Amino acid sequence: MYSTWAAAYDKATGVAVAYASIGSGGGIAQIQAGTVNFGQSDTGMTPTDLAAAKDGPILQIPLMLGAVVPAYNLPGIASGLKFTGNVLGEIYAGKIKTWNDSALKSLNPGVALPSEPIAVVHRSDGSGTTGIWTDYLTKESPTWVSALGGASKSAAQTVAWPVGIGGKGNEGVSAAVSQTKNSLGYVTADYAIAQHITYGQVQNKSGNFIEPCVPSLIPAVDGVTFPPSLNTSLTDGSNPDVYPITGTTYALIYQHQTSKATAASLINFFAWVLTQGQDMTAKLTYAPLGGALQKLSFAQLKKITVNGQALAK
Amino acid sequence: MTAPVTTPAAATGAGQLRRRRGYGDRMFRAAVFAAAGIVLLVLLGTGLFLAKEAWPALRHYGPLSFITSDRWAPSNATATGTHPNPYGILQFVYGTVLTSLIGMVIAVPVAVAVALFITDVAPSWLRRPLSYLVDLLAAIPSVVYGFWGIFALIPALYPIANFLISTLGNVPGIGIVFAGPFFGVSYFTAGIVLSIMVLPIVTAICREVFATAPADEKEAALALGTTRWEMLRMAVLPRSRSGITGAAILGLGRAIGETIAVTMVIGNSVLAISTSIFAQGATMASVIANEFTEATEPFHLPSLFVVAFWLLIISLIVNAAGKLVVRRARSDIA
Repeated sequence: MYSTWAAAYDKATGVAVAYASIGSGGGIAQIQAGTVNFGQSDTGMTPTDLAAAKDGPILQIPLMLGAVVPAYNLPGIASGLKFTGNVLGEIYAGKIKTWNDSALKSLNPGVALPSEPIAVVHRSDGSGTTGIWTDYLTKESPTWVSALGGASKSAAQTVAWPVGIGGKGNEGVSAAVSQTKNSLGYVTADYAIAQHITYGQVQNKSGNFIEPCVPSLIPAVDGVTFPPSLNTSLTDGSNPDVYPITGTTYALIYQHQTSKATAASLINFFAWVLTQGQDMTAKLTYAPLGGALQKLSFAQLKKITVNGQALAK
Repeated sequence: MTAPVTTPAAATGAGQLRRRRGYGDRMFRAAVFAAAGIVLLVLLGTGLFLAKEAWPALRHYGPLSFITSDRWAPSNATATGTHPNPYGILQFVYGTVLTSLIGMVIAVPVAVAVALFITDVAPSWLRRPLSYLVDLLAAIPSVVYGFWGIFALIPALYPIANFLISTLGNVPGIGIVFAGPFFGVSYFTAGIVLSIMVLPIVTAICREVFATAPADEKEAALALGTTRWEMLRMAVLPRSRSGITGAAILGLGRAIGETIAVTMVIGNSVLAISTSIFAQGATMASVIANEFTEATEPFHLPSLFVVAFWLLIISLIVNAAGKLVVRRARSDIA
C-alpha cells in the first residue's frame, strides 16, 4: 500500500517517499534507532519498545484497516472455506493435523476435504501480521494459548511456533503456500489477492462466517475505545458483519522532530495519506479508517513539534 | 658505466640480506607483506569480533547452556531471566550436520564415479569437456540453486520421498528418521541441493588423485587379465583412499557454510530438533540469515553471534583438516 501511496504522492506533489518492506519488527527497530524518518508496523509498539526509542516519544498514527486472511492451497477447492478461531488455533498448535479432521469437516459440509496432512506456514521474521493473527488466536483458541505457554507468549510479533514451515515476509509465506500442496498460511489480504491464492472465511464473534473484503473491515472500529496512544487490538470485533482478523497499520513518527523541513514533509505526506490516500485503499483490499479514527489520527499529527513548537494547524 | 650495480654473482645466500635493494623492490616486499598481513588480520579479526559480539549472551546464560539445549525460542527471552536458556543452538548444529551428511552420502560416491570415468573410462576426447562441465557446476550461484531447488527439485522429490516414507518409514527403529509427512521443504531437500553443490570440488580433487596413480601398476593389472573395474579396484582406489577422504572433508567444509540455497529449501522451523529427515528444520547458516534483521528480543542478536562464532570455528577446523589430509594423500601417492 505504501508503494501505491508513495507513487501517487510523488505524482501529485513531486515529493519522493522511499519505503522498504522488512517486517514490522524491523520497522520498529529502525525508528527506535532513528535511522529512518518514519517506521511502520501492523501492531503498535509495546511500552518496552517505546521506552527503547532513542529520540524521545513516538507517535503511533493509524493509517488504514487491513485484514489477515487464512490462505490455503487445496487443489480443486475454491476460496471460501470456513474456519473458526479455535480451529485455526488448533491447526497452528499442531493439534489438528489433517484436512479431513472432523472439526473442519463439520464447518464445511459438502466440501471434499482431502485426507492429507496440513502443511502449516507461518512467518520466520518478526511481523505485525503475526501480531494480529496471534492476537486473534489468543482471544479465540485456548488450545493455542496453552500450546504456547500462556497468553503473554501466545500473542506477539514473534512467537515460538510449535509446527510449520517458516517463510520470510508476506512474500515468503504466500510463496510457500502457492508452492506447497495442502498448505495453510496467513497473509495480509492484498498478498492473497495479488498472488491469486485461495483464502477462507472466518467466523466472527456473532457467529457469522465473514469473507475478508473492504466492507467487512470498516466495522472493526465500532465500539472500540482508543487509548491516547491509539494502540489497541481491533480483532474479534462485536459488529455482526465484521471480519474478525482485522488490524490497523501504524505509522511511527518521533513526536519531537529536529528539522523543520523533515517535519513539514512528514506532516504533509501523512495528512495526504489520511485524506486522499484513503480513497486508494480499497483497490488493495484495505479499508479507510472511517471518520472517528481519522480525526484521532489527525490529532496525533498535530502533536508533532519542531524544537518545542507545534507545527501543524 | 661506473655506477655501482649489484651483479647476480654478488647475490649469494649469505650476503642476500645485506644486499642493497632498489626502491621498487622494497615497495614490492611491503605490498605483499601487507596483503598477507591483511588476510591474517581479517581472519583473526573476524573470530575476535564474533566472540566479542557474542560475549553478552555467553556471559548472561553461560556458554554451556547454548549447546545443551535444543530449544530456540526468542519470544521466551527476558532481559533478566537466565534459566532455561531460550537460545539453545543444538538443533542448528544438528541441522548443519544432517544436511551436510546427506549431501556427502550422495555426493562422494557420485564424485568418485565421475572422477573414475573421467580419468580411466572415458575416451580421451571426452575428458576435457566433461571435466569442464563438472567444474561449471561450481560456477552456478547459490541462490540459483535455491531457486531451482524450490521449483524443479521439490516437485520431483514428492514421489521419491513418499515412497521412502511408506517403506522405510514403517520399519521399527529407523522409522522415525523417515517419518512423513513430506511438504517439499526439508532436511532431505537441502541435503540433495548440497550434494550437487559440493560435487565439483570432490570430483576435481578425486580426479587429481586418480590421475596420479602410477600407470605401470594399472598396466600390470590389465596385463594379468583383470577387467577394467577390477583394475581400478586393485590399482587405483586403494592408494586413493586418503585422497578421497580429503576431498570429502573439503566438500563437507563447503556444505557446512552454504547459506542461501539451504535457507530456501529447508523450511525454517527453529523450535527444536526434528528427527525425521523429511521434517523442516534450520542450519546454523540459515538461522542467521533468517533472523538477524529482526533480532530485537533481549540477547537475540548476541545469541546469533554465538551461532556465527561456532559456525566459523567448525568451518575452519573442517577445512583445515581436509586440506591436511589431501596434502598428505598427494605426497603419499606421488
